[in-house]
Amino acid sequence: MGFLTNLISGLSLGSVYAIIALGYTMVYGISKMLNFAHGDVIMIGGYVSFIFSMYMGMNGWISLAIAMVACTVLGILIERLAYRPLRGTGSLAVLITAIGVSYFLQNAALLIWGANPRVFPSLFEGVSTIHAAGGKLSLSPVSLFTILANIIIMIILTLFVSKTKAGKAMRAVSEDNGAAQLMGINVNQSISLTFAIGSGLAAVAGVLMCSAYPVLMPTTGAMPGIKAFTAAVFGGIGSIPGAMIGGLILGVIEIFSRAYISTELSDAIVFGCLIIVLLVKPTGLLGKKINEKV
Amino acid sequence: MAERILKNISTRGLKNAVKGNEYRKEALISYGILIIGYIVLQLGASVGLIGKHLQGQFVPICVYVALAISLNLVVGISGELSLGHAGFMAVGAFTGIIVMRVLEPHLGIMPIRLIIALIFAAIMAAIAGFIIGVPILSLRGDYLAIVTLAFGEIVRNFMNVLYFALDENDHLKFAFNHTIDGITNDQRILTGAIGATGVTKAATFTGAMLLTAFTLFVVLNLKNSKQGRAIMAIRDNRIAGESIGLDVRKYKLMAFVVSAALAGMAGCMFGQNYSTLAPVKFNFNTSILILVFVVLGGIGNIWGGMIAAALLTILPEAFRQFADYRMLTYAIVLILVMIGTYNPTFKARINSVIDKIKPKKKKDSGKKNKKSKSGKEVA
Repeated sequence: MGFLTNLISGLSLGSVYAIIALGYTMVYGISKMLNFAHGDVIMIGGYVSFIFSMYMGMNGWISLAIAMVACTVLGILIERLAYRPLRGTGSLAVLITAIGVSYFLQNAALLIWGANPRVFPSLFEGVSTIHAAGGKLSLSPVSLFTILANIIIMIILTLFVSKTKAGKAMRAVSEDNGAAQLMGINVNQSISLTFAIGSGLAAVAGVLMCSAYPVLMPTTGAMPGIKAFTAAVFGGIGSIPGAMIGGLILGVIEIFSRAYISTELSDAIVFGCLIIVLLVKPTGLLGKKINEKV
Repeated sequence: MAERILKNISTRGLKNAVKGNEYRKEALISYGILIIGYIVLQLGASVGLIGKHLQGQFVPICVYVALAISLNLVVGISGELSLGHAGFMAVGAFTGIIVMRVLEPHLGIMPIRLIIALIFAAIMAAIAGFIIGVPILSLRGDYLAIVTLAFGEIVRNFMNVLYFALDENDHLKFAFNHTIDGITNDQRILTGAIGATGVTKAATFTGAMLLTAFTLFVVLNLKNSKQGRAIMAIRDNRIAGESIGLDVRKYKLMAFVVSAALAGMAGCMFGQNYSTLAPVKFNFNTSILILVFVVLGGIGNIWGGMIAAALLTILPEAFRQFADYRMLTYAIVLILVMIGTYNPTFKARINSVIDKIKPKKKKDSGKKNKKSKSGKEVA
């Protein structure tokens, strides 16, 4: 039953990656930029939730909602102040700015909350681990909820993007920025909305991740951010189902290689798989083919 | 269509021929910066103007300048975004440390040992660059960037499980993913995630400066050669380059491998500057740091990257008293400089100001650099 337990914790970790990867993939799809600060938004979400539940004594779920609001606002602010002035100037300039924003968030968190790791209170404080199959299979409520949350978020987001007016506008902007503008779509608003959704989801991911691995530091978001970014590329950056598949596969690979091969080498194996996938399918599993034009 | 491509190429060729003078100018400025920097720092240190703490930063400054030059070969001249430069640096650093320790009983003269270590570091890093370069250079843009990022992380991860030691008989012992038994602490060379310990420092300021000069020499000469022009032609228009028979993969690989080898040498020098060195030093942040130098200095502008590397290594050290706020300030300055140099409206405003100050000067490159400098001074 060790296999099943590992599979479930892999899927749970993968779900966290998938939720973070959504932010990367949507932002990349709409503005063709690698938002390296996304991982640090997760960390801010974790801290906000931590502050409200620990110091203000609020219910974990309410502080999660507050963290979502805070991160949404933060995401919009970052886009407005740092990225919008550089729109259309080439991806490298925006990339370095995103790195600047990432440094800024990490160091601001360091100044405000200090470098000491905080123990994050789980969302499921009172709920005990569920034992199934005669005690052989143990399922933590956090893992199950994370997987469930991931599925719900995916369904809502897919419906939002394909059915609603705002979602269609987002797709139009990511397809062709200029043409969308000519059709009367407010490009700025669409991009802001994308950042808002991505950052709100980052807060959810942050709280879920910290519930499962309860250590919160200013650098907490960095590595999951990179991994989720890898997941987004794995699945084909710009594609929402791709982010989900990429995240889940990556999470499972990571947990399995930790369990069966080596803890130290798990990251190397994850990144090695990414390289192999990109060699076989250069635009990721579900990515669109890039056509060359002269 | 074909006519358009040919026209495109022929004008580009002409421009390159005319640019011969610009290459000379670039070389003059770059070497000038290096020599002046060396003299100023040496004098400052001997007169006592520069404190002990900053003197300790001399070798890292040279190393980062060399790294900025070598990364510029990939990012600026070859036009591919690389996020794993620290990986090559790590390969070079640890190769260098091992070679130095193995040679220690046999070869007494430190500089010669260092040169041999540098050569080995360059070879190992070049091999790493080749292994990763061959498959990935068919990828485009952001996908290539993410694979270089992945490569950097893989290298660091592998360094975390490498164990090397030299036993009593000076035999090199190696273990993967487990510690070596029956070895005293002094005999260990690499100990997994702890990294290298007990390194006899071999790096000197003059040595590091010579290495930087060598890096500069290689990159400038490559840029100004037939191969360099081919690399830049492919960067400017890949399809046009292919159509006149340039082997795209070969030239991209050439830039990538040379850059990796140079980064390996810089890494080797870096490793010889500390008595202990952990693999975590070569994480993603270090790759990004080098990229920041290149972009701030102006992509493809070699001496711009050199100045950015030197300033951005010195400034955070010089402002140590504001310890808590300096990285925050660094982040804000980085964002502001990027917006200041790349935002179109901001750029136009600065340009109009400059035009007012000196109306009859050549416009092209001088302006760009002035701007980034003024941006830094304001900060």
